[in-house]
Amino acid sequence: MTDSKYFTTTKKGEIFELKAELNSDKKEKKKEAVKKVIASMTVGKDVSALFPDVVNCMQTDNLELKKLVYLYLMNYAKSQPDMAIMAVNTFVKDCEDPNPLIRALAVRTMGCIRVDKITEYLCEPLRKCLKDEDPYVRKTAAVCVAKLHDINAQLVEDQGFLDTLKDLISDSNPMVVANAVAALSEIAESHPNSNLLDLNPQTINKLLTALNECTEWGQIFILDCLANYTPRDDRESQSICERVTPRLSHANSAVVLSAVKVLMKFMEMLPKDLDYYGTLLKKLAPPLVTLLSAEPELQYVALRNINLIVQRRPEILKHEMKVFFVKYNDPIYVKLEKLDIMIRLASQANIAQVLAELKEYATEVDVDFVRKAVRAIGRCAIKVEQSAERCVSTLLDLIQTKVNYVVQEAIVVIKDIFRKYPNKYESVIATLCENLDSLDEPEARAAMIWIVGEYAERIDNADELLESFLEGFHDESTQVQLQLLTGIVKLFLKKPTETQELVQQVLSLATQDSDNPDLRDRGYIYWRLLSTDPVAAKEVVLAEKPLISEETDLIEPTLLEELICHIGTLASVYHKPPSAFVEGSRGVQHKRLPGSAGSGESVESPEPASAAVPEATPSVIPSQGDLLGDLLNLDLTPPTSTAAPPPASGLQLGAMDLLGGGLDSLMGDDSEALGGDLGGNPMGAGFGAPASAMPPSFSAPASGGLDDLFDLGGGVGMPTGTYCPPKAMWLPAMKGKGLEISGTFARRSGVIQMEMTLTNKAMSVMTDFAIQFNRNSFGLAPAGPLQVLTPLSPNQSIEVSLPLNTLGPIMKMEPLNNLQVAVKNNIDVFYFSCQYPMSVLFSEDGKMESKVFLVTWKDIPNDNETQCQIKDCHLNSDAASNKLQGSNVFTIAKRTVEGQDMLYQSLKLTNGIWVLAELKVQAGSPVFTVSLKCRAPEVSQAVFQSYEAILKN
Amino acid sequence: MIGGLFIYNHKGEVLISRVYRDDIGRNAVDAFRVNVIHARQQVRSPVTNIARTSFFHVKRSNIWLAAVTKQNVNAAMVFEFLYKMCDVMTAYFGKISEENIKNNFVLIYELLDEILDFGYPQNSETGALKTFITQQGIKGQWPLSVLPLYLNLRFLCSLQTKEEQSQITSQVTGQIGWRREGIKYRRNELFLDVLESVNLLMSPQGQVLSAHVSGRVVMKSYLSGMPECKFGMNDKIVIDKQGKGGGTDDAGKSGKQSIAIDDCTFHQCVRLSKFDSERSISFIPPDGEYELMRYRTTKDIILPFRVIPLVREVGRTKLEVKVVIKSNFKPSLLAQKIEVRIPTPLNTSGVQVICMKGKAKYKASENAIVWKIKRMAGMKESQISAEIELLPTNDKKKWARPPISMNFEVPFAPSGLKVRYLKVFESKLNYSDHDVIKWVRYIGRSGIYETRC
Repeated sequence: MTDSKYFTTTKKGEIFELKAELNSDKKEKKKEAVKKVIASMTVGKDVSALFPDVVNCMQTDNLELKKLVYLYLMNYAKSQPDMAIMAVNTFVKDCEDPNPLIRALAVRTMGCIRVDKITEYLCEPLRKCLKDEDPYVRKTAAVCVAKLHDINAQLVEDQGFLDTLKDLISDSNPMVVANAVAALSEIAESHPNSNLLDLNPQTINKLLTALNECTEWGQIFILDCLANYTPRDDRESQSICERVTPRLSHANSAVVLSAVKVLMKFMEMLPKDLDYYGTLLKKLAPPLVTLLSAEPELQYVALRNINLIVQRRPEILKHEMKVFFVKYNDPIYVKLEKLDIMIRLASQANIAQVLAELKEYATEVDVDFVRKAVRAIGRCAIKVEQSAERCVSTLLDLIQTKVNYVVQEAIVVIKDIFRKYPNKYESVIATLCENLDSLDEPEARAAMIWIVGEYAERIDNADELLESFLEGFHDESTQVQLQLLTGIVKLFLKKPTETQELVQQVLSLATQDSDNPDLRDRGYIYWRLLSTDPVAAKEVVLAEKPLISEETDLIEPTLLEELICHIGTLASVYHKPPSAFVEGSRGVQHKRLPGSAGSGESVESPEPASAAVPEATPSVIPSQGDLLGDLLNLDLTPPTSTAAPPPASGLQLGAMDLLGGGLDSLMGDDSEALGGDLGGNPMGAGFGAPASAMPPSFSAPASGGLDDLFDLGGGVGMPTGTYCPPKAMWLPAMKGKGLEISGTFARRSGVIQMEMTLTNKAMSVMTDFAIQFNRNSFGLAPAGPLQVLTPLSPNQSIEVSLPLNTLGPIMKMEPLNNLQVAVKNNIDVFYFSCQYPMSVLFSEDGKMESKVFLVTWKDIPNDNETQCQIKDCHLNSDAASNKLQGSNVFTIAKRTVEGQDMLYQSLKLTNGIWVLAELKVQAGSPVFTVSLKCRAPEVSQAVFQSYEAILKN
Repeated sequence: MIGGLFIYNHKGEVLISRVYRDDIGRNAVDAFRVNVIHARQQVRSPVTNIARTSFFHVKRSNIWLAAVTKQNVNAAMVFEFLYKMCDVMTAYFGKISEENIKNNFVLIYELLDEILDFGYPQNSETGALKTFITQQGIKGQWPLSVLPLYLNLRFLCSLQTKEEQSQITSQVTGQIGWRREGIKYRRNELFLDVLESVNLLMSPQGQVLSAHVSGRVVMKSYLSGMPECKFGMNDKIVIDKQGKGGGTDDAGKSGKQSIAIDDCTFHQCVRLSKFDSERSISFIPPDGEYELMRYRTTKDIILPFRVIPLVREVGRTKLEVKVVIKSNFKPSLLAQKIEVRIPTPLNTSGVQVICMKGKAKYKASENAIVWKIKRMAGMKESQISAEIELLPTNDKKKWARPPISMNFEVPFAPSGLKVRYLKVFESKLNYSDHDVIKWVRYIGRSGIYETRC
């Protein structure tokens, strides 16, 4: 007799029949009836009407029947809360049963019934079960706490279940430990700030012990939990790694991946010169390769993770290229991922092999795969210069196949190759032009137009080619329209005599007949440029373009770090942070990698510290992106919540973490598109503005704005000030969408204050102000949030004083006292830079003892001495001394030689740098001579300026 | 964690639906059907996100298993769990088919209740599960012999003594969750199968593009009590170490006979920390059949066959294909079940085949010539030639020329792996290592064994 018959009963009056059977005296008949009910439930029929009858069957000694009834209860209790109460007594009784399996079953099922009244009755039995003598009951009860927490978090806290759960981490049974860890981790996720999973060396030790003994699933829970721990030092980190590495040989791929996660994370803390570090790196490769012999679904998960690992630590798999070669029978999702990793691993050493493979793939059947293979060939050319020539000839071969999508894809990548190696492969243009008619995809058309425009002088019939596109101008996509506009303007600048008509035509099409603002604006800019100053136009439009970078689709470093912390999970499969696909507040907290152990050594830091100077146009695009990123470090919390400054130790990482949040919310969560377009996008090319990591519509105004900012910074010049220079205009209303900011800096009773006047010159109310600084030379950072409590109405001004501290991240700026600030309100985010007077950094304890002064003065080499004159200063030496003292420049000794007063002075900067000074005052002469000696001579210039400012005030 | 688990038939009708979390509603069942099972295009990923709900699926014949979640779960774990779920079901009722699932739905619900609690996978070892799952599997026409015999403990409520009950629970939760106490056999016996699949990708010129062996050591143990086992093989690292220590019996030969294992993974019964520190494989085995270890090698692989293709296009309507296969192992050994598959273009109109050995047929439905040879000894050579007539087409795209693939079975391990010993110690019962009857067998099969042409 089989159970499938239960699926087929579809008679009328079925419910009544079932009812009768359920109430039958015969056990077998009852059981049969319950099975039928469950079958109906599965296929989606409503059998809730039978609730009382089914619940009546609950009180039985037959475990099989009991399990069936429980299954029904879990499904329908929520829809019949009143009747569900009927079941409570049985549950409570079962929780006392001598058989541990029944006790566990009862507490497990009760937790699944989401009815408030039942939940109340659950507390007592649960408390007992958590302390049950039988481990099977305890491990079930541990999970039940998580269930209860999901229904009623407050109740769980009030009843003290969390503490009991914590105690279970020390349980003698490994499976109880594992379930307790799983439950606690989940609860902790919804309480980010609670110290629930109080991980300390003792508990870690317990977890590591349980790790060796529990089931494969338990090992996963424990490893995932371990990954959240931050070891205190590199030794602890190493000892945990040593105990986790054996897991790499586990048959369960999830155990392996979770172990990899722990190792990848803790490895950050190990010094690179350590022998163990190298050993660990070597140990990671084989298990990752083994994952590729798992079932295809797991291979897919593994490959997505390997993609991340290869970006973070390319050295691990650099010799394993072959295992990523595509097999003919691989499912398409595995093929595409393998291809991605192949390109990442491509290097000069293996490029020949890779190219041979890619060429093979380009003849396959699946369109997506073929396209990706073609694209990959282009990327190889860009990545490995030595191979470029062979890649180009391979691409040409492929174009000869005339397969439509292959040709289009090839043209798109050839455009990128042109941008990487300008003036090298123009010989192929003729071949490309032959295929002009077959291009029907916007990206390919745009690429082709770009090529024609860029090399217009070498293509005889460039005007005809471009003109042919112009006919259907309004049917083209924006991408093509923009490109066509730029292309024709380029053509005109190169061959002005023949193409005047054409350029007129395209400009009027773009400006008069288009309703796309980007297109119209670009059209007007060109028009004006061409009409006012053709020479300037030439300089702008035909400017030398920056080369595109080699790695064009890297995941942005902050996101990558976060994803590394999520190895094995869905986030690592989607390559998106959990917040992008998990509802509610859960998972919003960003995870990050621990800092390296070497004393603040930023070898690992992916951001080049020198990318600070914006005026010097970076030669490779990503650094421009980084600069923007730095400025975008804006903490977008409303002003009420205290944005604590990042702790001094985790300097750079702290900053990057904020950046992650800022970028995400500013740019939407489509981070893949963000990476994908990078560099390959020719849009900004016409302007000579480097295409940055932003989508084109965003990129132009942002970089333009920045330039303005820095002009402004230069224009303001030196603070003319004193102790407190007068307020300077930092952000004119024009640039701040109506928000005007002027301000100054002061030091009041030992605290640096940034004093600002915010004026609303817009038509609408401004709210939600927040402020953030870019990294700067002395680590200035807001000590609290920007306090603008009331909304700022139109034409209203407000005075704000923002206390600063010097605990922020440090990066040397040029000039030294430059500060880049981002201010956010409900309208937008604005950036400006300003310069603070050095004198705000002179600390109160800057008086050096005279002996120490003498020794130090001699000690500092003469090379470090700088001298400067201050003119037009009508003070005598005492007055000067007093004035300087007011600004924490302390006079230690005074000497008079031949009518010349020599003042010996000392001052100390907030970062502990001492500056020693000798001030010569010639009686009756308005010229002072200052000599400065300092171990860090680069501060001298700024200190001079402060001297001058203070004295002249 | 896993929010729910659904099983569908090929039409998308739900056969099993078990929801663990409140955030998964009944509409999730339909969402998967509409967006994945009934999707117009072939599935492009085993993970699908529909309206912020993630679906993981695997397919077994025409049955879909889908796990659903709204959280950032451990994706590798979910797939491992789905595979394990399939294993458990297979162990209970044989092949996963619509009929078997319907026949066993109560059992499946009971299993799902036990192995997944609130979406957290719990103990899923069949050996342990059988001790407290009340339902018995109902098998279709599949043989019972796959399963080792277990007591079906339907006596949980009535018959069990307190000791028995706590024994079950401590086994399920304990350190040795995969074996119960008190197993007795009159004859202590064990079988070791070294099963290897050798994979090859070769260029038309005979250059090895990639080759690896993935092997498994499968053990069937029928041993009494709680035996402690130790497994040894010709692992290069171990042998070199012993060689340095000096004085072992086969130290002299070690240079040639040992193999370099790239990586290996073990059943959870193996003490991993011991392997990590001493590279010794020690364990208390589960009862019955299980997979002790998996391994992978890439160095010094014996490739049992070499395929030499020659394809010539004669005009636009004719292809000439000649394929030579050479066996490359001891002449005393016999390879079996040899099959060579030569792909033909889609516009093939007719094929003429001549082969020296075996039988060859053109199968139009598979677009391939299939050449079968029952047996072939080592160091032999055989050849097939074919003329393929093509219909003229105006398709611009060239034929993709899929690789020639091959299947076979050989009675040795292509990786060169040898079992050196498997020692059994059971201190409490009085049988010794010598009393255990041990069998070892080596089978090498083709994995993906392809030669491009």
